[in-house]
Amino acid sequence: MSIEALPAEIAEGPPTRRQAGTVRMLARNPSVVIGATIVAFLAIIGLLAPMLGTIDPAEINPVFRNKMPGAERTIRNEDGTKSTFVHRFGTDSLGRDIYSRVVYGARVSLVIGVTVAALSVAIGLVIGLVAGYVRWLDGIIMRFMDGLMAIPAILLAMGVVSLSRAGLLAVVVAIVIPEIPRVVRLVRAIVLSIREEPYVEAAITVGTPTPTLLVRHVLPNTVAPLIVQGTFICASAILIEAILSFLGIGIPPETPTWGNIMAEGRALFRIYPHNIFYPGVCLAFAVLAINMLGDGLRDTLDPRFAKRV
Amino acid sequence: MADAAAPVLAIKGLTVGLPRGADRPHAIEDISLRVDPGEIVCVVGESGSGKSVTAQAVMGLLPRELPATAGQILLEGEDVLAATPARLRDLRGTRMAMIFQEPMTALNPVMRVGDQIGEVLEIHTDLSEADRRQRVLAIMRAVHLPEPERLIDVYPHQISGGQRQRIMIAAALVLDPALLIADEPTTALDVTTQAQILKLIRELQERRGTGVMFITHDFGVVAEIAHRVVVMQSGRVVETGTREDILRRPQCDYTRMLIASVPGLVPPPRTPKTGPVALETVKLCKTYGTRGLLLRGRVVRAARDVDIVVRRGETVGIVGESGSGKTTVARCVARLVEPTSGAIRIGDVDVARLPESRLRAHRRHVQIVFQDPYRSLNPRRTVGASIVEGPVNFGVPPAQALDRARRLMALVGLSPDSLDRYPHQFSGGQRQRIAIARALAMEPELLIADEPVSALDVSVQAQVLKLLDDVRQRFELAVLFITHDLRVAAQICDRIAVMQRGVVVEQGLAAEIFAAPRHEYTRALFEAAPGRHAEFGRATTAA
Repeated sequence: MSIEALPAEIAEGPPTRRQAGTVRMLARNPSVVIGATIVAFLAIIGLLAPMLGTIDPAEINPVFRNKMPGAERTIRNEDGTKSTFVHRFGTDSLGRDIYSRVVYGARVSLVIGVTVAALSVAIGLVIGLVAGYVRWLDGIIMRFMDGLMAIPAILLAMGVVSLSRAGLLAVVVAIVIPEIPRVVRLVRAIVLSIREEPYVEAAITVGTPTPTLLVRHVLPNTVAPLIVQGTFICASAILIEAILSFLGIGIPPETPTWGNIMAEGRALFRIYPHNIFYPGVCLAFAVLAINMLGDGLRDTLDPRFAKRV
Repeated sequence: MADAAAPVLAIKGLTVGLPRGADRPHAIEDISLRVDPGEIVCVVGESGSGKSVTAQAVMGLLPRELPATAGQILLEGEDVLAATPARLRDLRGTRMAMIFQEPMTALNPVMRVGDQIGEVLEIHTDLSEADRRQRVLAIMRAVHLPEPERLIDVYPHQISGGQRQRIMIAAALVLDPALLIADEPTTALDVTTQAQILKLIRELQERRGTGVMFITHDFGVVAEIAHRVVVMQSGRVVETGTREDILRRPQCDYTRMLIASVPGLVPPPRTPKTGPVALETVKLCKTYGTRGLLLRGRVVRAARDVDIVVRRGETVGIVGESGSGKTTVARCVARLVEPTSGAIRIGDVDVARLPESRLRAHRRHVQIVFQDPYRSLNPRRTVGASIVEGPVNFGVPPAQALDRARRLMALVGLSPDSLDRYPHQFSGGQRQRIAIARALAMEPELLIADEPVSALDVSVQAQVLKLLDDVRQRFELAVLFITHDLRVAAQICDRIAVMQRGVVVEQGLAAEIFAAPRHEYTRALFEAAPGRHAEFGRATTAA
């Protein structure tokens, strides 16, 4: 008897149950709300940098060096009128406006954080899926990853940057490489547990090809943990970029990044602490906010931490 | 029974609330029951009936979300609900004790078993360490643990499941509590071990005069052990009576339905099937183990020389306890694992050694229904997507596949309109129906059912078995039915193969094997089946 010969009649319907939406649960988590608000605030600052009363962050003014916060400078405009500009955060040893540099620096930091997180998650995801599902490749890939993890991230990043000309791209690559093994391990562990699930085995028995199987049945399980891992990578990338810039091997010093500003201010820290204070505060807030966001996301998205009745 | 004596436990009008948003306002409502000294009271019910909540309430273990809102729990006259936390701690272990379903998780894995029994003595008595050890050895002897002097110093993972449950019982009974609560203590155990543990509980309880509140879903166990029975449904007591009353003369419809759903041990008459052979395994072997470079790793021979034939329209059962290799055989036939040696003929092709690329074409002929309905459907995909996945893989146009899925949903007794719902919106039995629909969508020749009803309540179990039998007839399927449950095997299988430690020890027509088992292991299995003397299954699935 064929299935087509079956009647298509309607039997009793199943009962329905409702689950609280993920978005609503996220909105109830205070660390998600606080973290997301601060991150959004910093992102808006970075986006609207030219409109926030800033001047060219790279403009050098030898006359106006090392001014304390609040110093006023009179600018003579081309049409002969005069206007006053207030250096809210003071100036550095080359006379550059620190307020403008910090605001523009948010751009670089956030771009690096987001790019590094996206790239390392994407690359790590592919490698992790392969390592978890293709058993004979697992050993080879994972020993290589262990080798990468054995080298300190900063050292590896320094090595990669020194191989090419310093620039945004080199720094991003340098930070992505040491982050990849962490993502690979996470994804591989999830794949190893999910591939034993009966619904994956059921998909095998209905003849689903392996690539489809991975994308359709295994991949969705990695999304929530990867979002969480991504936020932590984002925070650590911002920090590593600042460290690299501070050490003078990151992005060229004329580009304003929080690390560069602090590196610049290091020599005169005792006399003019504002050079390091403002970018430092921004950095601390950004990293804290992203970590809070990640913690909150983990608590809500990861069922092992979520307490659902 | 000791009618004159005061009851050990008297629950009067107990009501326990549920958090808001649950499917009913109370977990249990107006429960009254009594356990006398030296009496075993079985609390029977399906999942969600509130039997475990009752046990937790007695032990004072209710979670905060489930407050007891009315009633009394009198333990030897003392109200447990009114007791302070300190008083409750005193009572637990000395006056009441509990044993759990899963002895592996109920024991602390990093503590020697002797110390875990001794802990009770350490907390509640001021015995010296040497005296404590003597008491522990004595109780270990009382629960018939072999070589107590050696076992007292081992860790839980070093002993078997049955021995672990004996340790749990020893720890519960070491201070001679008046009340023992046993929450499904044999559900996780093999049938032969279960028989031993039931015997032990009865023996200890008789010798010590303990009152036992025994929670179970299994009427076979009830028939084995109960003096009195309390039947629960949706948080209420629907019937109370002696074992004979409940089993032979149930008053309530629900009890009657439950008892009628228990499959009988006598196979109904079946005509031998003579259809073409759909599956034949020849000397199928599967060896698990690590092949080290220098050292030979531990090798487990999960299946050895298994020869099984399944014809179209026939159900062949593989029966055995855990570790017998029955699931390994199923997974080899479905080619979820590659057999070590031997042949698997499906139609006229030997799929045993086919590489994955050539195997795909044959996958549609063999489909599998898994044990756990909560994990066999992808929770993130609609059930419709799960059902059409296979046919679409093999080139059926999606619209046609969807139309088929609708018809299949109707066939398995679900609304075709619920195809766009997610698995969590269905109950366990409904999900198992969906899993069957998914398997049927492939139009297979062989259906492997790996313990398909073990996770289901007895009433749902009967319906799913009936459905399986129905689709077998309708599509002339060959069914390979894996089960540990002799009752289920008796009702659904034409022929059965009994497996022990990877070997088929006996094979033949179900009716003949059940009437006269030849192999001693088969006989031991039948001996151990709980409630084998009681008559069950007056409403069984027809052949």
